[in-house]
Amino acid sequence: MTDLAALRAEGCPSGLEPPSDACAGDMSAFVRRKNGLSTLTLSVRGAKCGGCLSKIEGGVKAIEGVQQARMNLSNGKLFVSWSSGDLANQIAERVTGLGYGVSAFSEDASAISARSEEQRLLISMGVAAFGMANIMLLSVSVWGGHGEMGEQTRRVMHAISGLIALPVLLFSGRHFFQSAWSVLKHGHANMDVPISLALILAFGMSVWETAMGGAHAYFDASVMLLFFLLIGRFLDARLRRQAHAAAHDLAALQNRSVNRILPGGEMESVRAEDVRTGDQIVLAAGERAVIDLRITSGTSGVDESLVTGESLPRTVQSGETLYAGSVNLDHPIEGTALGEASDSLLSDIARMLEAGEQKRAKYRKIADKAVALYVPFVHTTAALTLLAWLIAGATARDAIMVAVSALIITCPCALALAAPVAQVVASGRLFRKGIYLRSGDALERFAEIDHVVLDKTGTLTLGTPQLISAHGDELQRAAQLARASRHPLSRALVAATGAGPIAQDTRELPGLGVEGWIDGARYRLGSADWVGLERAAASQGPTLWFAADHGDPVQFCFQDQLHDDARSVLSDLRQAGLEIEILSGDREAAVEDIARQLEVSTWHAKVSPQGKVERLKALNAKGRNVLMVGDGLNDAGALAMAHASLAPGGAMDVSQSASDAVYSGGLSALRTVLAVSKRARTVMLQNFGLAAAYNAIAVPIAVTGHVTPLIAAIAMSASSLIVTLNALRMNGGGAA
Amino acid sequence: MSIIVYLIPVALGLGLAGLGAFLWAVNSDQYEDLDGAAHRILEDEDRPLR
Repeated sequence: MTDLAALRAEGCPSGLEPPSDACAGDMSAFVRRKNGLSTLTLSVRGAKCGGCLSKIEGGVKAIEGVQQARMNLSNGKLFVSWSSGDLANQIAERVTGLGYGVSAFSEDASAISARSEEQRLLISMGVAAFGMANIMLLSVSVWGGHGEMGEQTRRVMHAISGLIALPVLLFSGRHFFQSAWSVLKHGHANMDVPISLALILAFGMSVWETAMGGAHAYFDASVMLLFFLLIGRFLDARLRRQAHAAAHDLAALQNRSVNRILPGGEMESVRAEDVRTGDQIVLAAGERAVIDLRITSGTSGVDESLVTGESLPRTVQSGETLYAGSVNLDHPIEGTALGEASDSLLSDIARMLEAGEQKRAKYRKIADKAVALYVPFVHTTAALTLLAWLIAGATARDAIMVAVSALIITCPCALALAAPVAQVVASGRLFRKGIYLRSGDALERFAEIDHVVLDKTGTLTLGTPQLISAHGDELQRAAQLARASRHPLSRALVAATGAGPIAQDTRELPGLGVEGWIDGARYRLGSADWVGLERAAASQGPTLWFAADHGDPVQFCFQDQLHDDARSVLSDLRQAGLEIEILSGDREAAVEDIARQLEVSTWHAKVSPQGKVERLKALNAKGRNVLMVGDGLNDAGALAMAHASLAPGGAMDVSQSASDAVYSGGLSALRTVLAVSKRARTVMLQNFGLAAAYNAIAVPIAVTGHVTPLIAAIAMSASSLIVTLNALRMNGGGAA
Repeated sequence: MSIIVYLIPVALGLGLAGLGAFLWAVNSDQYEDLDGAAHRILEDEDRPLR
């Protein structure tokens, strides 16, 4: 075990990552108990090297009672098991203390199925590799012994090859056969249809040739084709799962545990998924609601910027509905959990999401278009070849041989790899830059964007108010009151002044402000009427008033500040010829101010969720390809409706799942996404060009009957390698 | 040439043994943390003699 004293340094010892912030939340809700053993899986951020592994594992194992601690460096999961007691929060604190960020991890059903799918693909790939290697061993001896090997030996060699190929094709080929069959049933075709056909024909013809004692069997070609295609499939599945898990982890940074009141009056911490409709929930001050609540007692200010886009807090009281995503600001409130269907806002948004999904399903990928051109071309060629050879006087057997070999050599190998490898390389590049793509075809849609619609709060801006006017001494005194409050304006005031003393005997009234004693005098900090002003002067943003008893009030102004890079990113986008507009649910004055700072001429304020969707529909109707960027619940419908969409990592779950990609870090992600997707599209088109060029060479050789299994093997692997290498070029150089 | 009667099964057997080892490795989650395994080998848990 590693010495604890050596573990003092904060964060990753290699310096690859700065120490991460701690994450609050009760971990005990995520503990699983089985056979007297408790287990917990945590997502750890900031672990990058071997030093982190031993530091974290050593630190956690040093806790008394912990039996096993195993850190996975690839996905940042820490698995801990212990036998007795509740160590969950102690473990989380230990890891936080070492300088790493922690959040509870619970795998959802789709992640589990994605992992088993990936494992199935990996096993299929291994089986195909085994088959390929062993058949190649026999094939090479057949090719090498050409002319010297007796017919009997050759036939035995072919028979053994066939015996290996059959189970391999059935087992590893099932991914393609199943997919092809499921689309054929509906009368469509995808890339898997020609692949399955080529596999089956190559195998069938080889069996026949072997039975007739012919010279050419294509067992090796069919299994090799399968192996190459499975590599592409596997890489694709793995990257998609990684991106999904990373996006899931970003969402998990938000608190997912809920305090539920049991009928006896006791409180317990449970996971949000385990809450049932009608449960009584307590929301502490500063906590984010993770489920919709009907408030039953308590009055408090809530920040609903993620729900409505409104940046100013609103006061809610019993009887009102509080939506998931709202942050409770000043006072604990109790409420009853609402079911999903019971609510009009959420069901409206669910309907909007559905409409968006239907629209997206109709999108035609480049690969689909290529298949639509390719399938008739190849099959007509094969049919014409057959006819031509029959007319030229060849025997039926020879004519069929030539036609089928034409089908095999114009194999969809390069074509089927052309789009996926480019997507895998591009999304891997985005992944390393903190942008997690949900689907490969989103890249194609990102590349077609000509219009960008941005939400304001939390997307263009930081989403938290910043102090913009200061008053020296008064500010220091006001901060003493502010430190006693969790209101966002108080916190902004504290952030501007730093640490310091707290006023005495403070009390806070929801919707009004804080009151307390400093140096024997009573002071008040809060709204205008709280300090005794009849009428407040009009102001651009949120304000706080501060006054001593009977003294003149002082005003502090706040503003939601822009992201540092917002201006430069937007001007780059404008230079790239994109039109930009802001669509916000916030007040007109706030939106206008931001729009002026960013030199954006088109902006809309006070837009409802439905209004956002309408605006996108209108843009669609004008033939624009819109990129929507937004984080709130009110953006979810618009995100789903847009041609392509992006959500920041702090966005609501609903918005994240409605968008094509989730990004962490600043707005510069926009620049990266657009550049990488443009490059990916170029590479994809090049790859299809290469595949077409390959066919232009291969088809004449095939229809004239000069194809041998050796030529087929070389041509297939060469064409697959060329498209893969071309896609890998994207990894080198360039900002994109 | 009759030697191939033995050699081909031997070659196939070796291949199957490799495939079996691969399947075992996949099923025991050895492909789950490729980065961690690369770093773990460099971590020295032994203490120097005093």
